[in-house]
Amino acid sequence: MDLIELTDVEKVFTVRRRAGLLRRERREVRAVDGISFRVPRGEMVGYIGPNGAGKSTTIKMLTGILVPSRGRLRVAGIDPSRDRARLARRIGVVFGQRTTLWWDLPLRDSYGLVRRMYRIPDARYRANLDRCVELLDLGALLDVPVRQLSLGQRMRGDVAAALLHDPEVLYLDEPTIGLDVVSKARVRGFLRDLNAERGTTVLLTTHDLTDIEQLCRRVMVIDHGRLVYDGALDGLHTVGGSERMLVVDLERELPPMRDVPGARVVRVEGPRQWLAFPATRSAAPLVAAVAERYPLLDLSVREPDIEQVIARLYGDGPPRT
Amino acid sequence: MGERGHALRAYGLIAAMWIRSTMAYRLSFVLTALGNFAVSALDFVAILLMFSHIDALGGFTLPEVALLYGTTCTSFGLADLLLGNADRVGRRVRDGTFDQFLVRPVPVLVQVAADRFALRRIGRIGQGALVLAWGVARVDVEWTPGRVLFAVVMVVTGAAIFAAVFLAGAAFQFWAADASEVANSFTFGGCTLLQYPPTVFAKELVRGATFVVPLAFVNWLPALWLLGRDDPLHLPGWAAFCGPAVALLLLGLSGLAWRAGIRSYRSTGS
Amino acid sequence: MRLYAAVAMSGFRRYATYRIATAAGVFTNTVFGFVLAYTFIALWHERPHLGGYDRAQALTFVWVSQALLATVSLLGGGFQEELQERVRNGDIAIDLYRPADLQLWWLAADLGRAGFQLLGRGVVPLLAGALHFELALPADPLRWLLFLCAVLLAVVVGFAVHYLVGLCAFWLLDGAGVAMVSQLLCLFFSGSLLPLTVFPGLFGAVARALPWAAMLQVPVDVLLGRHAGWGAAGALAFQAGWAAVLLALGRLTQARATRKVVVQGG
Repeated sequence: MDLIELTDVEKVFTVRRRAGLLRRERREVRAVDGISFRVPRGEMVGYIGPNGAGKSTTIKMLTGILVPSRGRLRVAGIDPSRDRARLARRIGVVFGQRTTLWWDLPLRDSYGLVRRMYRIPDARYRANLDRCVELLDLGALLDVPVRQLSLGQRMRGDVAAALLHDPEVLYLDEPTIGLDVVSKARVRGFLRDLNAERGTTVLLTTHDLTDIEQLCRRVMVIDHGRLVYDGALDGLHTVGGSERMLVVDLERELPPMRDVPGARVVRVEGPRQWLAFPATRSAAPLVAAVAERYPLLDLSVREPDIEQVIARLYGDGPPRT
Repeated sequence: MGERGHALRAYGLIAAMWIRSTMAYRLSFVLTALGNFAVSALDFVAILLMFSHIDALGGFTLPEVALLYGTTCTSFGLADLLLGNADRVGRRVRDGTFDQFLVRPVPVLVQVAADRFALRRIGRIGQGALVLAWGVARVDVEWTPGRVLFAVVMVVTGAAIFAAVFLAGAAFQFWAADASEVANSFTFGGCTLLQYPPTVFAKELVRGATFVVPLAFVNWLPALWLLGRDDPLHLPGWAAFCGPAVALLLLGLSGLAWRAGIRSYRSTGS
Repeated sequence: MRLYAAVAMSGFRRYATYRIATAAGVFTNTVFGFVLAYTFIALWHERPHLGGYDRAQALTFVWVSQALLATVSLLGGGFQEELQERVRNGDIAIDLYRPADLQLWWLAADLGRAGFQLLGRGVVPLLAGALHFELALPADPLRWLLFLCAVLLAVVVGFAVHYLVGLCAFWLLDGAGVAMVSQLLCLFFSGSLLPLTVFPGLFGAVARALPWAAMLQVPVDVLLGRHAGWGAAGALAFQAGWAAVLLALGRLTQARATRKVVVQGG
């Protein structure tokens, strides 16, 4: 069953800009330009794209904050724009850079408020809190005012706050931004467990592609308001036309190896040469071809860098951040 | 428990969270509460200073002015306490934290009204109530139970009217996020206006405060009735009793404006 | 010097960008101006020469006060909150390492702000008042020049007071209480509620000698010509004296605060 359904969803903003002293220009901006996708229950999906591509507009429509200009949207069978309040009980949202915790109060108090706002039954609340406290290692932090928590601790606290009411779907906006390595690993591990054990559907936007590599089998890439890719992470390489690299150490310096079929030399450094070949092809025939023609000491295959792949998808150059 | 009960309870819970947050800085709370009392009191000190030179202002004696002052300040203080921080909504929209309110199962209005609930504002209410009590004791009115009830209804009605103005001001910020000061001129400015007798002001101003932004129903018209005086606009006698109806009407209109504001936000995201 | 001029310019420009807020402020000042003007008319109707002003002068007092409220930041809204916030979150350390004097830096920025608000928030309310009421505005350009000098000094005194209050954040976890008290004193003893000349007896005499008098009462009196000839020089000297004393106090406090930052690391 699909928990999230989008069909031809559009969001058009009218931007007014000062042009001259009194004149104002009106311009239409298509932040989301006809997006369709479905997310089955229990899936964990990465949603990525450069800033201004339409990521957060999509998330805001999915949470009912924004009303779509056109198209059909359903989350757990609910139309978010119509039934925002009913939907609120069934979703969890974490805005990475903005905490919803109470700055001057102990963490525990924030959870108490969540419990009453969402009217979570006592037993369920206690079970969920215990679980979050254990898995996110919050035990020692519960009675500490939030202002004294580190960024990583606060993020863990925020994630827990979004899960106390057992949401069916969790939206995470940059959940690991600014965190240290240990905190990142802990948050990721928790999300993985949550998804595996509870079957919570997770939609996550991030600039840190390691999040995606470690958590999501499926990734959607949005650019200029359109989905430019929706599929498995590996498949990105195919679409992005990415290349793997064969690094060859020869016995001595030789001219570039131009006679290896299906590969091209991209760099030569003394006896070491780099051969690029399509990521979709096997390396074996290439290795055989090189070994047959050249005095070989050693070789290794380097996988393409996902960041570069995505940069290429977005257009030329690195991701706009 | 009904949705309305849930909303009210949520208001109480959020307000309680803010109160506890404030108590993290107890000294500051005491100082600001006293300050709130004092800022409001200074207005009255200015009036006292005026009366150190005169016996009547616009034909009203000091106890009569105190009655006006006390009712408007108490009403205003109540509205300010319960809803005064709704004018932070513009800032919330600008810094992006407004979105949080929209993804929780509690009406946005409740969350906005309780936002940064400032208990220190009881300072103003207390000051207004003190002056009101003094004025009530000193004015030349025979306080029958009916008149006492009338006065209580007047203060509550006044709070509702100010609350409607606060709400309209908050709604306005969805279109002009920087314009919170415009609302101030009607709330704070209105409160200052109502501290003085209507006879002091030009007829056009009194008319504006009666028919355009009907603040006159907060205390002018009902207090004039209590004091047995004619109002400068010569409205029919029953006008003094229209306060509650006017308050409901205003709250309804402000509620519509608020809804329109939310709708606009949800379609434009700003 | 050129550095501080640039800082002042950026202060001016920064406030110039808040167009809607400025318009809203002008509206508020005008509304309050009308409310106060009518109460003053009633008051002066009962006592025609109260505080030594005639009716037109009293009304002028109202409207010039409204025009200057934002400029001398009598109701807050200046830099004080920003300074407190920077102390609280530790950004002040960055300011301290800048190759510029902290106090002068903030003063320059505040003068820029005041310059904008004098034009942006002062002119319209005063015009509105002048169109609707009979005011006692002088025709003598020299008097206006003196007035501008008095306003400049008023801004400096206001800055010095707010700077001291802002620096309190170095010692207090939360400066809201002190800020509140400061605002109270400002409100009452500057004359913005009622001219200080109306304050009775010794109380009035003391109020007129306090630094807050330099923020509003003195500039308005200079414009009204209550300090003629050498009297005007005396009034400006009164302001300059308080400015010097308060700025010096600010420097002293700043030095102690800086030591505190250096020793404790913020």
